[in-house]
Amino acid sequence: MGPLRPEGRVVANLVFYAACIIAIVSAVLCITRRSPVASALWLVNVLFNLSVIYVLLDAHFIAAVQILVYAGAIMVLFLFVIMLLNVGRPGPSDIKGAGGKLIALVAGLVMLAELLALRNVRMPPGQALPDGAVARMVEQQGAVQAIALPLFQQYLIPFEITSVMLLAAVVGAVVLAKRKL
Amino acid sequence: MLLGPSLLVSAILFSIGVVGVLLRRNAIVIFMCVELMLNAVNLTFVALSRQLGLDGQVFVFFVMTVAAAEAAVGLAIIIALYRHRDTVNLDNINLLRG
Repeated sequence: MGPLRPEGRVVANLVFYAACIIAIVSAVLCITRRSPVASALWLVNVLFNLSVIYVLLDAHFIAAVQILVYAGAIMVLFLFVIMLLNVGRPGPSDIKGAGGKLIALVAGLVMLAELLALRNVRMPPGQALPDGAVARMVEQQGAVQAIALPLFQQYLIPFEITSVMLLAAVVGAVVLAKRKL
Repeated sequence: MLLGPSLLVSAILFSIGVVGVLLRRNAIVIFMCVELMLNAVNLTFVALSRQLGLDGQVFVFFVMTVAAAEAAVGLAIIIALYRHRDTVNLDNINLLRG
């Protein structure tokens, strides 16, 4: 966020924490709903709330792309496949039994503990930018240009490789999903 | 600042994704949980990019591209599997060769 009045900062923090809580609750609902369509829609809710968080973290362009690509393209593809295969109707539950639940819970808690331990790692001194540097950069150059300059200068070759990968993925998807070539 | 809470939310979302992958049998739902994990990692990138420069946001861009390609190919594989076995339940799909 750029320079904000104190009350603006309070509101921004409130919105941030609300989006965080909604995202986590939606994620839990996403993995526990029996119907795949309900899971997909809860996941869309998670993606929207993540986009709100991105805006509050000064990543405006990423927030817009998140809505366009994730919620707009990828989730539509998921819903399309669910409806194409007609697996959206409620059937017998696909959630594993007590043993599977226990294993999943333990593995998830171990993963969470490891990730929380990683939070204690200190950033190397001298690398961190001063507070608000990214916000100022976005303000001066515009949200798109701030991303576009490194993307097309420093990361030009990865960018071109990505386009080749997308082409390969398109060809692969057509080959795999086609009945007879 | 918001870095600490962002990393906490990211860790929680990633763990929820892991639990989802282990908990479900439906291939499509497992795939959605993988997308959830990718999004958790993206949140880490964006949160740290505030401290370490905009390269993190460029990486998020690449992760999204890979996620889109992965979704297209993965869902095509699921469609091919469904045609073959008439199910997307992974307990019934346990042979490499049908």
